[in-house]
Amino acid sequence: MSMTIRADSQANELLQTVEALSGQRLAACYQCGTCAATCPFVAAMDLPPDRLIQQLRFGLPGVLERRAFWVCVGCDSCAERCPRAIAVPRVMEALRLIAIRERGDRLAVAQLPAATLRDLPPIALVASLRRNTG
Amino acid sequence: MQLAYYPGCTIKASARQHEQAALAILRALGVELREMAEWNCCGVVHTLTSANLIRHMAPVRVLARLRQQGAHEVVTLCDMCFNTLARANLLARQQPEQFAAISASTDSELRYDGDASVLHLLQVLRDRVGLAALRARVRRPLRELRVYPYYGCKLLRPSTVGIDDPEIPTLLRDLLEALGATVIEGHLQTRCCGAYQAVDQPELVAERVTATAAQARAGGAEAIVLSCPLCHFNFDTLQPRNGAPLPVFYYTQVIGLAFGLEPEELGLETRQIDQLPPLRQRDRAQAKGGAA
Ligand code: SF4
Ligand code: SF4
Repeated sequence: MSMTIRADSQANELLQTVEALSGQRLAACYQCGTCAATCPFVAAMDLPPDRLIQQLRFGLPGVLERRAFWVCVGCDSCAERCPRAIAVPRVMEALRLIAIRERGDRLAVAQLPAATLRDLPPIALVASLRRNTG
Repeated sequence: MQLAYYPGCTIKASARQHEQAALAILRALGVELREMAEWNCCGVVHTLTSANLIRHMAPVRVLARLRQQGAHEVVTLCDMCFNTLARANLLARQQPEQFAAISASTDSELRYDGDASVLHLLQVLRDRVGLAALRARVRRPLRELRVYPYYGCKLLRPSTVGIDDPEIPTLLRDLLEALGATVIEGHLQTRCCGAYQAVDQPELVAERVTATAAQARAGGAEAIVLSCPLCHFNFDTLQPRNGAPLPVFYYTQVIGLAFGLEPEELGLETRQIDQLPPLRQRDRAQAKGGAA
């Protein structure tokens, strides 16, 4: 059985937008998996960071439906260790931004329980809004 | 020593005890923090895409105001404020053209060319006051107290603004040892606690703080000592309730206890002291000695 994958960047609009927004060139990634091995939240991701990058490069469908980039909290652990100096958190932020532009905000403050709003430190709430809304 | 001080929103809301303890220990060390006359929220997170440059304005506004108020450096206690201000400052130095573009679209008040320095209080203690001076001020050494220092993310990463080695930091260990405490360490000290996911994905945070507290406990720690108000909230509220959760303290409170300051001056409740067996025993012994 054979399968053809088009790594044709002209046709890969999502990859182009992600690269423009994040300032990262994903062709540089050599799929070593260090980011996935480092990430404290990889178990909760439906696609580890290295495979997310691979699917973006191949232009595979369904990337924007993934949960992985909403799980990423931007802890910079992977970015510090990436041997190709790719800022994975910037790639994740670009995907969040594109998803928000296409589908709207992921979080509505009005829907959070009053007790949550009262107890949370302001930095938690503001950070969450900055990452989950446009 | 006098330094300009940027508190940030959380220090004035859920982390007041950290500020209270910081001001108390700094008074004891002869350092005065002067709160900026006017300040705004720093924006909390550094903007990571090229689309929302306007969001860099919040931290830059803080730094521009600082310069207007005649200061060159500013201290913060909050790890998130520190990280956001320091990264915006770095950007202002490295890519001034970006800021010129943002400034052009706003008022002239916002001229800022990256000539201020952003300091975390831990840097002030380590590099200005010095750990030797800290040790010299200790009145009640924390002997017998076994603590697990937790660094989290924002003090260390990205390493371009971090204040210690991102992989093997030693700052909190050195500080706690200077107070006479026994330090328990492990690789989860620098792993993220889940941060703002506490808002709508608390299960992510619960998993991390549970694993980290378990590592601390396995090493024999009786308390977790940390710096970030968000880490504090997460460890304080999301450790599993079955079994006693490890108590969480700001480093400023632990320094204050070693200085012999009263728990009330450090925003500590008796309940929290009672969670630390060596301190409780010591207090009991002192109370007995006092009564005799
Ligand atoms: S660590 Fe860097 S090079 Fe390795 S897979 Fe992840 S992004 Fe690619
Ligand atoms: S920045 Fe995101 S992807 Fe990278 S280690 Fe942290 S949570 Fe995982």
